[in-house]
Amino acid sequence: MIKFCLNGRWIEEADLTPDTTVLRYLRTRKSLTGTKEGCGSGDCGACSVLLGEKQAGKWVYKAINGCITFLAQLHGKSVITIDALADGRSLHPAQQAMVDYHGSQCGFCTPGIIMSLAALHQNVEGEQPSEHQILDALSGNLCRCTGYRPIIDAARNMNEYPDVANVGIWQPEEQLSGEIHNAGTEAERRTRNLRKKKEQSWVVENEAQLKDLLAEHPDARMVAGATDLALEVTQFNKSINKLVSIGAIESLKTIEVTDDKVTFGGAATYAEIEETLTTHYPEFSALLDRLGSRQVRNNGTLGGNVGNASPIGDTPPVLIALGAELELVSKHTHRWLPIDQFFLDYKQTALQSGEYIRAIRVPRLQANQTLKVFKISKRIEDDISAVLAAFVVTSEDGIIKDVRTGFGGMAGIPKAACNVERALVGKPLSEVSFMNAANELPNDFTPLSDVRATAEYRIQVAKGLMRKCALELLEPEKISRIEQVHSAALNPNDVLTAVSGSDKQGEAYHA
Amino acid sequence: MRKLIDTNTNELPMRERPSKGKTGQSMKHESAEKHVTGKAVYVDDMPEYPNQLHVVVGGSKYAHAKIKLMNLSAVRSAPGVEAVITVKDVPGHTDIGPVFPGDPVLVSDECEFIGQPIFAVAAQSFEQAKKAAALAEIEYDVLEPVLTVEKALKDKFFVRPTHQHKRGDSAKALENAAHRIQGEQYVKGQEHFYLEGQVSSVVPTEDGGMEVFTSSQHPTEVQKLVAEVLGVSINKVQVDVRRMGGGFGGKETQAAPLACIAAILANKTGKPVKYRMSRQDDMEMTGKRHDFYNTYDVGVDEQGIIQGAEIMVAGKCGNSPDLSDAIVDRAMFHSDNAYYLNNATVTGHRCKTHTVSATAYRGFGGPQGMMVAELMMDDIARHMGEDPLTIRKRNLYGIKYDHIKTDDGQIDERNQTHYGQTVEHNLLPELIEELENTSDYWKRREEIKVFNAQSPFMKKGLALTPVKFGISFTVQFLNQAGALVHIYTDGSIHLSHGGTEMGQGLFLKVAQIVAEEFQVDLDTVQVSSTRTDKVPNTSPTAASSGTDLNGMAARDACLRIKDGLFKFATEHYQVEEDKVRLESNHLVVTNAAGEEQWVPFADFVQQAYMGRVPLSSTGFYKTPKIHYDRETGKGRPFYYYANGAAVSEVIVDTLTGEYKVLRTDILHDVGRSLNPSIDIGQIEGAFVQGMGWLTTEELVWNNQGKLLSNGPATYKIPAVGDAPIDFRVKLLEDRPNGEATVYRSKAVGEPPFMLGISVWSALRDAVSSIADYRFSPPMNTPATPECVLNAVMATERAKEAQWAQDAATADSVNA
Repeated sequence: MIKFCLNGRWIEEADLTPDTTVLRYLRTRKSLTGTKEGCGSGDCGACSVLLGEKQAGKWVYKAINGCITFLAQLHGKSVITIDALADGRSLHPAQQAMVDYHGSQCGFCTPGIIMSLAALHQNVEGEQPSEHQILDALSGNLCRCTGYRPIIDAARNMNEYPDVANVGIWQPEEQLSGEIHNAGTEAERRTRNLRKKKEQSWVVENEAQLKDLLAEHPDARMVAGATDLALEVTQFNKSINKLVSIGAIESLKTIEVTDDKVTFGGAATYAEIEETLTTHYPEFSALLDRLGSRQVRNNGTLGGNVGNASPIGDTPPVLIALGAELELVSKHTHRWLPIDQFFLDYKQTALQSGEYIRAIRVPRLQANQTLKVFKISKRIEDDISAVLAAFVVTSEDGIIKDVRTGFGGMAGIPKAACNVERALVGKPLSEVSFMNAANELPNDFTPLSDVRATAEYRIQVAKGLMRKCALELLEPEKISRIEQVHSAALNPNDVLTAVSGSDKQGEAYHA
Repeated sequence: MRKLIDTNTNELPMRERPSKGKTGQSMKHESAEKHVTGKAVYVDDMPEYPNQLHVVVGGSKYAHAKIKLMNLSAVRSAPGVEAVITVKDVPGHTDIGPVFPGDPVLVSDECEFIGQPIFAVAAQSFEQAKKAAALAEIEYDVLEPVLTVEKALKDKFFVRPTHQHKRGDSAKALENAAHRIQGEQYVKGQEHFYLEGQVSSVVPTEDGGMEVFTSSQHPTEVQKLVAEVLGVSINKVQVDVRRMGGGFGGKETQAAPLACIAAILANKTGKPVKYRMSRQDDMEMTGKRHDFYNTYDVGVDEQGIIQGAEIMVAGKCGNSPDLSDAIVDRAMFHSDNAYYLNNATVTGHRCKTHTVSATAYRGFGGPQGMMVAELMMDDIARHMGEDPLTIRKRNLYGIKYDHIKTDDGQIDERNQTHYGQTVEHNLLPELIEELENTSDYWKRREEIKVFNAQSPFMKKGLALTPVKFGISFTVQFLNQAGALVHIYTDGSIHLSHGGTEMGQGLFLKVAQIVAEEFQVDLDTVQVSSTRTDKVPNTSPTAASSGTDLNGMAARDACLRIKDGLFKFATEHYQVEEDKVRLESNHLVVTNAAGEEQWVPFADFVQQAYMGRVPLSSTGFYKTPKIHYDRETGKGRPFYYYANGAAVSEVIVDTLTGEYKVLRTDILHDVGRSLNPSIDIGQIEGAFVQGMGWLTTEELVWNNQGKLLSNGPATYKIPAVGDAPIDFRVKLLEDRPNGEATVYRSKAVGEPPFMLGISVWSALRDAVSSIADYRFSPPMNTPATPECVLNAVMATERAKEAQWAQDAATADSVNA
């Protein structure tokens, strides 16, 4: 049995298959049809709902995709859906602003957009949201009718409206945590269990339980954010019979910063690591703007991204370049593994039966080190990389002392470009050095052509990124990327110029 | 006697206040509050019956194959399955092609695209149906597929015969022209990606018919096809469409198969059946915008003015005709866009491929046709060393030049299209002039040149492209509409018409028209779902015609009711007919002494009811003036043209091919706007959708004919950050439609879609700057970052070749 608060009322659920998604549950079990299914794959945001967790005595909400969240992940949390957002006849400011600014046309994406805006409204606490915050909040909501302008206008102006938010829903009555955790049978108190016939789903609360469970059920699937695993259910028609939800294990969400390392808990979400990344690896943090959407970043975890072992990324290539290590733990084992040894083959990892990723330990950058992370995709928001390239360059007196790279989308696994690295070490920190080294890329990678890009483009653009890496290292203050362009007025002085550039180099590069 | 209705006197309308919500006002979408609260009901949201069944269809694994053996026993015995049907279970017609045959409701023998429906499963839950459908065992004899336009053109493999427009002698004009330029382009299709996927829900009736709830732009066609597949008369089937979560043309013909399959299963099981496609099925099994391969051969004079052109447009129609005949026709009609082609031959091919049948999509072939005109303009400009805007302006319809004479020596009027329609009320020359001023085109052009000269990697581009889009269905009989208006005894009004609401605000606009006719508040008018038993034999809500047709039909119904009401009023109040009028929610009667008596509308309606005056009427409208002769390829297919123009500025990263739209200025002509906010919403939304078509939205098929971009993870429509950073949209003011449309408004659904071409043209402009605007980069669409980087590299190669040539020339001069 699990217990959660739905639109202000605590409810219990037991007799459901583990792979029941929140969206499916709301629409078919609770007849809450305000939340829409647009894609079933977490890409359109029509199913966005608010998920609340209690922090320092107060419920704090974030928007998530209901279609790729499993019901078990709701245990102990509060959920708000579009159906309950208006307080009687008074609309929530996000709703009223969307009406007044003509933000809806067909209306099908609108409930999801309202929920994203409501989360933004709640989180800015009366302040005017910045343009970046608005785009960030809406990054996971597709609208096919409006072209977004009126929606952005609604977001800019919703603070003008009186907040009549339904307090009972936003801050539901205290439920003693003991009450949540002690309900159910003795067996269930050990682990939360959502059971139907042979199918089982557990919500584990600590690592001891997790170790026991994985030892007993090595075939159980672990889920933290579910932003990828849920696709097996909604897109690939698979059933997941054994599911272990680890998102509630506090010890897997810790972030520890020491003099030389930062250690991220495996189940820390992107949203939870964002601040630390901004402080210690701003370049990595900037990548998050292009990684999934706000909804995905609210649920998705660093450990999940690594364990999922996508050949693309987005974080593994960066972690490879940074020289991260993974803490892998099971009931009887404990080990640290350099991340570049973790990925064995397409979707194959070094994770042993019963093992889980406890933490990711990342060396801190030294004064003479710079991290550069580039992502290439068709669209800026919420798209999967065609190529992801990361570089950690160590330089002294204009000479490249060391380089570590990580590439995604270039091979069956995310990996470093060893020939490129060798070609750079000892060379002057210059555009020419990088352009020459880029010629080694075909020796490191034989990429595939697929729906996102051709092999030729992947090599070509990776070369372009290496050149850009050099230019950025030489002119760090200049606008050098499309995603850094936020103003229609842009002067030539704002953008990269080639310090050492010449047309001869251009020829060499494009040859 | 009790009063007919007790109205709350506090809410009685005040005569001092004009009625609210008449046309011309920016009223809110009629469903806005329901949208934002989640209370707006879409088909999938309707309460389900306890015995409701859910459908999943099994489709072909091959692009072209014969079914050798089909074993569905595992499907039938899967948990929850209540019925499995193949074509043998269809009681009536098995072909549901909308215009021409070619679309089997379920394939019997030969499969013609991957995903083509072969059998359908109805189960107690969607998940059960989905799992069951995967258990089918089908053996195929695999045949060679035709997957490309190129191959179809070579084999003359067409779904419909080739058609041609001819005016003058293009071959001679090309031969004699001062400059002759040729070019080609491949313009890929587009997935509609309506947020609400295809869905139909049906309930069997006691008369052996069906009640159908569908997300369709064409209820009448759904009604007819459901009746046909069931083998019952049309009056046994009622279709109801309250609203769609987006349509864009994708629900014109493509909704019907779902309703038909659900109806066959409901008929078989006697239970209500819902068929809602998963997004992946929707993307693989339903039609999209046509790919087009276009070529041009153009001759221009020393000023870049077109003397003659030969244009070919070849649409990738997929496996069946569907609407392709009319779509390729429209591409041909728009291959001139806004420009006078002079001596012209325009040829349109309808290529057959073993891919899902391409279908209607906002613009209906028009955008693909316009692309070749705009390609040509840019290419002429680079060839002549002129700014593309200069060349565009010189070639506009309605521009007269002293040096261009007709055969009999007169100055050429330059206002007749290659299909013989005279371009009347031509607003584009002045509209473009206004836009180039308000957008600072020429100042920014110079600034961009300076920027590009100083910025080696980031390049800016700028382009102004116009739109001239023909309004009317090119199939004449579709240009008709009906409506039904009731007034109840409390003065409230009920409105039905044949148009469907897909978000475009049609229900609102037509309600505003009715409110205007009766001079009552907009909230007096209740719009209901579109139902085939209220208004019969309707045309699809398509071709931007929704308001033009249904607004006029509703107005006609109002006029008929008003006619009766005014006759009654003159008798009742003993005045002449010109002494009664409706104003501010009242009937106003002026007596012989010139004194006005104000009677609240509801009271007047009650008087009329007691006087036994009909308070309900149908209305009808057909578009005048239009005709087209397919034999000669001449006529007036369009009642009028809608115009607009956009200036887009982009920035391109030449190291990666990535780009961003910095600023877009739009000036668009909607005649006298019925609702400015709704119109601006259509313009902005259409522009962004058009931009998406030409930039990030890439349909990728593998060499077996399988669609790889079959979900939003791989098919990228514009997201919130893709709209222009600086986006300025204006309606052209004080320009009522030159034709007598409803309140002199103009259609707005499709025309602004093509304003997105300005982004593509600006991207080419940015890339062209690399070679000092002397080379016209090849840039097929969508112009993804990969495509743009390829254009960059091609331009750099051209620049090097140019340098080499210049150097050689210099050498030889020096020698």
